[in-house]
Amino acid sequence: MTGSFVGDMTIFVLALLVGFEVISKVPATLHTPLMSGANSIHGVVLVGVIILSGYVHGTLGYVLTFVAAAFGAANVVGGYAVTDRMLQMFRKRPVPAAAAKEDAR
Amino acid sequence: MSKVEIGIRFASLFGAACFVLGLHFMNSPATARRGNQLSAFGMLVAVVAVLIGVGDSQGAAHMNATRWGVLLAGTLIGGAYGLYSARTVQMTNMPQLVSLFNAVGGGAAALIAVTEYHLDPHVLAGTATATVLDIVIGGVTFSGSVLAAAKLQGYLSKPVSFAGSRLASGVVALAAVGGGVWIVAGAHNQLVLLGVVIAAVLFGVLMVLPIGGADMPVVISLLNAFTGTAVAMAGFVLGNVILVIAGALVGASGGILTKLMASAMNRSVLNIIAGGFGTGAVGTAAVEGAGGPVKSIAVDDAALQMAYASKVIIVPGYGLAAAQAQHECRELGEVLEARGVEVSYAIHPVAGRMPGHMNVLLAEANVPYDQLKEMDEINSEFDRADVALVVGANDVTNPAARRPGNAVSGMPILDVDHAKSIIVVKRSMASGYAGIDNELYTDPKTSMFFTDAKKGLASLVTATKTLVG
Repeated sequence: MTGSFVGDMTIFVLALLVGFEVISKVPATLHTPLMSGANSIHGVVLVGVIILSGYVHGTLGYVLTFVAAAFGAANVVGGYAVTDRMLQMFRKRPVPAAAAKEDAR
Repeated sequence: MSKVEIGIRFASLFGAACFVLGLHFMNSPATARRGNQLSAFGMLVAVVAVLIGVGDSQGAAHMNATRWGVLLAGTLIGGAYGLYSARTVQMTNMPQLVSLFNAVGGGAAALIAVTEYHLDPHVLAGTATATVLDIVIGGVTFSGSVLAAAKLQGYLSKPVSFAGSRLASGVVALAAVGGGVWIVAGAHNQLVLLGVVIAAVLFGVLMVLPIGGADMPVVISLLNAFTGTAVAMAGFVLGNVILVIAGALVGASGGILTKLMASAMNRSVLNIIAGGFGTGAVGTAAVEGAGGPVKSIAVDDAALQMAYASKVIIVPGYGLAAAQAQHECRELGEVLEARGVEVSYAIHPVAGRMPGHMNVLLAEANVPYDQLKEMDEINSEFDRADVALVVGANDVTNPAARRPGNAVSGMPILDVDHAKSIIVVKRSMASGYAGIDNELYTDPKTSMFFTDAKKGLASLVTATKTLVG
């Protein structure tokens, strides 16, 4: 337990540093998609819920797992979908007005 | 370690690498979309691998019909809701949706710890610490984000503070910490945990209630960082590496954005959480120079000025977003460009209601991203601009920020007053969130075009077309 705790802690700190390094290079233009994209990444909590569902039992346990699964899935699916929708709007110029109207949707 | 377990570990590693690379590709609008898709692919691999893992009858954990039913029902309902709202949300409502996804992420992380403890309260101190942190941070994030979303949606537009709210926060925080320590010390009691959950949820509400609309970009960023931390803690509880990594990445992202937003408003995060805008300097010293003569301008004159300019910088603010005028704004930009005018957009970091919000709105209106300029990039260009057109931006253009002793002092601003002439589209002389007069409006170079942003821009487009067509 202690061994794996220290291992997890090591990974946590290193990932935090990697995160700072990578994310500080994101331009302000993309801060909303960045936040929404980061949001989808924490949707990985769904993986935790799936693991949990492998040994959960009892009514309360099932209810909690059900709600957690719904939350996690909304987070991960919605997060990626909405980030993609935003990012496809960022386009270069020039695009003819007609074509531009098309991909605005 | 079984073969399946080894497979899951590698899939997790792959997923985590995709997350990092995906974030890396976000460093340019040209590659950002691919980055997000890569990140999503990594997520899919990690999820499928763990599904295979729990489906494996040899594993320590294994599924039965009930467990599959609970998991799949929840996932399908949640996923369908997420997809639906992602597809239908209006770009102006993006901050609410991001807040909601934040809330459910934090909520799910907290629920993992709650369920673990419910199944087996006899945990060691290390796991108990992670459990408590997960529940406290996740709980605060959940209720705080739901409330923030409600505020952004306009259900609760005014900051709420009541007598004794500080005391209430203190009591609730103390309850959460006390219960938490008790659990770590070995309470092995589910009721204590329930107390901690309730305290955390209440604290989230009390934390966000007094915060005003202008501070929302900071709050959303901070709650985002919280969710990341909560997910990492859930990773500690389950001993799962990918949750730890993903949580840390999000924590870093939220942390950076929080700091950027707070410094863009020249406020400390603590000050914002403590509530109430400008509790320090506001109301002292009347701003000198304000209250001078204000010049207003007719639509035709404004249109002519811009049509014969060689460089126009448009400064959009929240007023533009609120009036949904981003399309009219783009149209005006296009009409001017067609006449050979150089047009760019100056975007302050806190324009809009979340970090980068204005860029998304303009991108939605088909403004090419190379015309969207960040504050540091555009500020030197105002000297060369013939006309700066300010649409619905206020405090972020106030030259008073360069002087000490007022509510906006020290706040980084757009150097709009450096332009040769300035046209401000605004409904009235009402002051912005900071509650002080904007000296820009009484600058002799400034003309005020009093109208609604959407109507005003549309009439400018028509006028430009008919006058110089």
